[in-house]
Amino acid sequence: MSGKMIDLRAAAALVPDGATLSVGGFTTQRHPMAFVRELIRQGRRDLYLFGHSPGGDWDILIGAGCVKRVELAYEADEAFNTVGPRWRKAVEAGRIEWEDYSNFSMVARFTAGAMGIPFMPVRSLLGSDVAARAALTPEQRKADPRTSPKKLHEMASPFNPRERVVLVPAIRSDFAVIHVQKATENGTVRILGQTFADVQQALCAGTVIVTAEEIVGEDELRREPESNQLPYFVVTHVCRVPYGAHPYAVYQCYDYDPLHLQEYHDAAREDSSFRRYLDKYVYDPKGHEEYLEAAGGRARLEMLKASPGYGYRPDLKRRR
Amino acid sequence: MTPPPYSLMELMSVVAAREIKDGEVVFAGTGLPMLGVMLAQRTHAPRCTIIFEAGTVASALAHLPMSVGDPRVMRGAATAAGLMEVFTYVLQAGRVDVGFLSGAQVDRFGNINSTSIGPDPRHPAVRFSGSGGACDIACLAKRTIIIAKHEKRRFPERVDYITSPGWLEGGASRSNSGLIRGGPSSMVTTMGVMRFRPGTRAPYLESYHPGLTPGAVAEATGFALEVGEAVETPPPAPAELAILRDEVDPERIFLR
Repeated sequence: MSGKMIDLRAAAALVPDGATLSVGGFTTQRHPMAFVRELIRQGRRDLYLFGHSPGGDWDILIGAGCVKRVELAYEADEAFNTVGPRWRKAVEAGRIEWEDYSNFSMVARFTAGAMGIPFMPVRSLLGSDVAARAALTPEQRKADPRTSPKKLHEMASPFNPRERVVLVPAIRSDFAVIHVQKATENGTVRILGQTFADVQQALCAGTVIVTAEEIVGEDELRREPESNQLPYFVVTHVCRVPYGAHPYAVYQCYDYDPLHLQEYHDAAREDSSFRRYLDKYVYDPKGHEEYLEAAGGRARLEMLKASPGYGYRPDLKRRR
Repeated sequence: MTPPPYSLMELMSVVAAREIKDGEVVFAGTGLPMLGVMLAQRTHAPRCTIIFEAGTVASALAHLPMSVGDPRVMRGAATAAGLMEVFTYVLQAGRVDVGFLSGAQVDRFGNINSTSIGPDPRHPAVRFSGSGGACDIACLAKRTIIIAKHEKRRFPERVDYITSPGWLEGGASRSNSGLIRGGPSSMVTTMGVMRFRPGTRAPYLESYHPGLTPGAVAEATGFALEVGEAVETPPPAPAELAILRDEVDPERIFLR
């Protein structure tokens, strides 16, 4: 056993109040939800999040009062809800600080951080209010040195003045947490299906925590190195967390849980029902095992299990 | 009057599908655009390619995805990677023919707001999801098709926040901003189809949906709309409806 294996509680305890953090996945797939629930259980405060298209992973963190500032492109669960209810509420009530970008520009920012360069030029954003307006005030930017002093910078190409580009600042976060199908005890990572921006998010973070459905032998992953995404030396800690993305999907492992997602979005509309959701699924269960029991246990998880040849559950009942 | 043998959503899906030409590369978002592109593939555009921003290229969808990051988009895809690969090599490089967009507000030049309502985005009256990939698609696809619910308050003279740039102020303002291509070609709404005049980019009504009049569409629009040339939207053919209901969305994920 290498020194990287750690349990979920100890892994979440590594993230201090006020840390900068990005979490992997995209709207309805591969968010490290067990890790997120553990952060809430431990009462984390003042987190500073970077993301492109988070979903309920951020919404529940924001609703539980764990988050101070975010930089993002989108916050919703797409067809399950076109806006994150707790995100919306926090913005409208002035309880959160945020800055708006687009998916491309946020992913370009993670990539710049991952590549060790200070910014990335993109040919997007021109003419939009995403470029022209800022949600954070200059004072708010100055107050936290981890926020770029400028949202972005528009300029002509130094090689051809007729070509305009927008430079977006690199992200370096204290932590990245990603949930993947397979990892080794030593930290080699294999993601199946879409990688989203998990690779870049990991590569621009100081400490990388990987939660994995399955821990496999180093030999198994090294037989096909072309299918692996992260080398072991990038990864700081590894946790074995089966069903760690529930209620979201993990390609080739299990589908999203439509009943649970509907329950979340119904509950998250009002403060009192959201509080009851947190009690039932986060505070009352002592850990991930008890969460899975509360969420329907083996019977529910069996219903979600991916069918070989599809990677999801073709017969899943997805609408009430 | 007997109600038509199709729903408004079915009509809009068919109209959206007809906007896609065979062989085109289509950037599809969740909901109605997915219905449109899957229908197009099964009718007049079998060689159109579906791209999802979360990382897949040329999916051969067997089940309707509920998000662009759904494991269902992996089905039959030619390649799967991440957002950066799709946004840079496919979208920014100019390989996307058409993208679908929608939002809470759309103005006369096809600028879209999916960020927030109110004059000050720092203190919004209503907050939405934010851009996601919409701004990028609006900037970098060769053309875009806007899907919207047709109400006066949703079609103001100016949107409160330009999340996704359309023709900006009309005329040459879009290219003057530094954008290298693209712009909205049509707005498919719950009441009809609007397009933009070449040059000025002024909007006009091309067709109004069956049962409506050009005047009713103009009345429900918050900006001046030319309606003189409008004709009735051709209704869905029985074959199109059968494919939509039986092959594209038999689970009734989006179809109503």
